[in-house]
Amino acid sequence: MSGALVVAWLHLAASRVAAERMHLTDLDAAIGDGDHGINLDRGFAALEARLAAGDVSIESPAPILALAGRTITGTVGGASGALYGRALLRAAAAVEAGPIDAGMTVVRVAAALRAAVDAIAALGRSRPGEKTMLDALVPAVAALEAAAAAGADLPGALRRAADAAETGARATVPLLATKGRASYLGERSIGHLDPGAVSSTLLIRALADAANGA
Amino acid sequence: MVALVLVGHSPELLGGLRAMLAQAAPGLLVGVAGGTDAGALGTSAPLILNAVRSALAEAPDGAVVLLDLGSAALALEMALDDLEPSDRARVRVSRGALVEGAVRAAVEATGGGSLATVLAASEVPPGRDKLPDDWPADGAAPVTAPGDLARRLAP
Repeated sequence: MSGALVVAWLHLAASRVAAERMHLTDLDAAIGDGDHGINLDRGFAALEARLAAGDVSIESPAPILALAGRTITGTVGGASGALYGRALLRAAAAVEAGPIDAGMTVVRVAAALRAAVDAIAALGRSRPGEKTMLDALVPAVAALEAAAAAGADLPGALRRAADAAETGARATVPLLATKGRASYLGERSIGHLDPGAVSSTLLIRALADAANGA
Repeated sequence: MVALVLVGHSPELLGGLRAMLAQAAPGLLVGVAGGTDAGALGTSAPLILNAVRSALAEAPDGAVVLLDLGSAALALEMALDDLEPSDRARVRVSRGALVEGAVRAAVEATGGGSLATVLAASEVPPGRDKLPDDWPADGAAPVTAPGDLARRLAP
C-alpha cells in the first residue's frame, strides 16, 4: 500500500460514508442510538479537511493511517470512533513495522488489516457472532490472508475480502446482539442488519475499489 | 486532594453535573471530557487524555474517573493507554453511577479521602438511599396523603 493508495481509499471512503450517512443512521436507529452514519460522516469530513490542509505527507502509508486514526477517534464519538480510531492506529503501527520499501503487497495489507481487526476485537471484548463490525471484518481479513497465501494480486485479493465482508454483514440479520448499545434491546435486535458491520463492509469495499482504480 | 474526572457523551450533561459538584463540594478538583473534539454528542480519547493529564497535574493524590455509559469506556481505555506509567498508577476508574457516584466521591475527596476511599464512595450501588426505606420495592407510587398538593396550590 503506497501512501497514494491509502489517500485514495480514505477519499473514497469519505464520499461513500457521506452518501450512506442516512442509511447507516437508519440502521442504527433500529437497534442502536441512531447516529452511526452522522458520526462517521462527521469524522471522515474532519479527516478530509486535515488531508486537504496538507497535515501529513502522502509519501508513506503509516503517517496517513495514524492521522486518520487520531482524527476518527477524536471526532466520531461513541464506540465506533474509539474502535475505528484504534484500528487505524494499530494498522499504522503494523505498516510502520514492515520493511520500508516493500510497497503495499497483499501480505502487508493483510498484516495491517489483521492488526486493525485484532485491535477492534480486543478493545470491544468481542468476537464474531455477536452482531458487530467483527462479523464483516473477521471474514474479510481471513479472505485477504487466504488470497495472500495463494499469491493473488492486491486488487483481486481485496475484492475477495470485500465480498467476504458483505456476506458476513448480511449474516448479522438473524443474530442476537450481545455487545454495545444494540444489546440493550435483547431479542428485539434480531431481524436487523448491524450498522457497524455495514459500515465496516463499506470501508473494505472502498479499499478494494481504490486498489482497483475506482 | 483526589480529583474527579467526568467522562461522558454530552458536554451539557457534564457541565450541569460539574455545577452541582461545585455546590456540594467547594474546592473540589474536577476535570471534564464531554462530547467529541467539536462538542458533538460522543466521546473523544484525546479529550479524555487531556482531562486526565490536567487533573493529575493539579492533584498529586490522583484522580477517580466516572463514566456516563459503557461505550465511553472504549475511548477511556485508549486514553489511559497513552498515560505515563507513573500517571496511570494514580488513576482509578469507577463502576459507579455518574451523578450519584460523583456527588458521593466529591464529598469524600474534599473531606481528605484517599484514592481508594474516593473510589469506594463513588461505587455505592445506584439507587441506595435515593428513596426512603419504606418505598415499595417494585417502584410503585406510595399513597400517603392524597390530594395534599392540590389543596396547598388551591387559591
